[in-house]
Amino acid sequence: MFWQLFYTYLKIGTFTLGGGYAMLPLIQREVVDRKGWIDEEEFLNMIALAQAAPGLIAVNSAIFIGWRVGGWRGVCGAVLGAVLPSFLIILAIAMIFREWKELPAVEAVFKGIRPAVVALIAAPLFKMAKSALKTKGEKREAKGFLMLLISLAAALLIWLGHVNPVWVIVTTIIATLIVVNLRFRI
Amino acid sequence: MLYLQLFISFFKIGLFGFGGGLAILSLIQMEVEQYGWMTQQEFVDIVAVSQVTPGPIGINCATYVGYTVGGLWGSVLSTFAIVLPSLIIMLSICKAYFWLQKRFTGNPYFEQTLRALRFTVIGLVASAALLLMKPTTFIDPVSWIIFAVVALLTISPELTKNKVTDVISHPILLIVIAGIAGYCIYG
Repeated sequence: MFWQLFYTYLKIGTFTLGGGYAMLPLIQREVVDRKGWIDEEEFLNMIALAQAAPGLIAVNSAIFIGWRVGGWRGVCGAVLGAVLPSFLIILAIAMIFREWKELPAVEAVFKGIRPAVVALIAAPLFKMAKSALKTKGEKREAKGFLMLLISLAAALLIWLGHVNPVWVIVTTIIATLIVVNLRFRI
Repeated sequence: MLYLQLFISFFKIGLFGFGGGLAILSLIQMEVEQYGWMTQQEFVDIVAVSQVTPGPIGINCATYVGYTVGGLWGSVLSTFAIVLPSLIIMLSICKAYFWLQKRFTGNPYFEQTLRALRFTVIGLVASAALLLMKPTTFIDPVSWIIFAVVALLTISPELTKNKVTDVISHPILLIVIAGIAGYCIYG
């Protein structure tokens, strides 16, 4: 399992451009769709945990998937695969290609990549919403449309309100626990 | 001792870094300022490089700062130090999560909390995309065209599921094409 996770994360790490959230579409593609190591639902759960825990979301998600799929060896493989491309490329730049980023060609390439990354992050939202709206038909489960209000609130709080995502997650947990408690008494 | 300083600093950052790469960058900046490891300009350059190189921004920055301060071993130490708290804490959280999952499947508190969190995550990802929609990323109408094309290609399998859409929706392919397009258009 070490090598499978290492190789998969090597691919993911090499093409993650623009930060932790840019890694998510790649993880979804390789881990959820291609390998089927976790399902869509668990993928969403993972994001919540990876964001709530301290540290880099990219590393945290590698730990989650690594552990889930292959225990200790999985964790080592996934984390190494996620971190190694960054590490080696930065060292190469620091040691040799210091002027690399000054080349106008490089900046041109990135002018194309930046909006693409935003699209890669935003596009899967419909699929995520569909998967989150899938109900198990439990009684007393809140309606999907109402739940989407949570998504809206979270997005607005973080985007416009500049609230730290961790607080949004903690609030969701506490609020849900309270609501479930109330519903069971009613 | 320099190496110890590096290790402790980046361990602290990995331990208290909440809220994503950019928040972590400002924590790194505080440590750099505190120890006077480099000039402001040098740090700004490092941040710029970190944002355009592959991989998590935090790792890129940690490796680069570590190298600048302490050479090869400095970079190994700083990268390891920033990852270590995650290994300890996130791993514990994962174990707890899977244990809770086994023990409490079907329990409405557990299930509903996870369900609510999934909707929160949708908001999180949406906000991440929204936060990136700024003039430095979308520099002209062409940027929006690239955005629209990539978005469309990404969701194409949801409209028609076949071998072609599977291929043209792959993120890696789309990034490469976007890069080539950027070079052709802006180069």
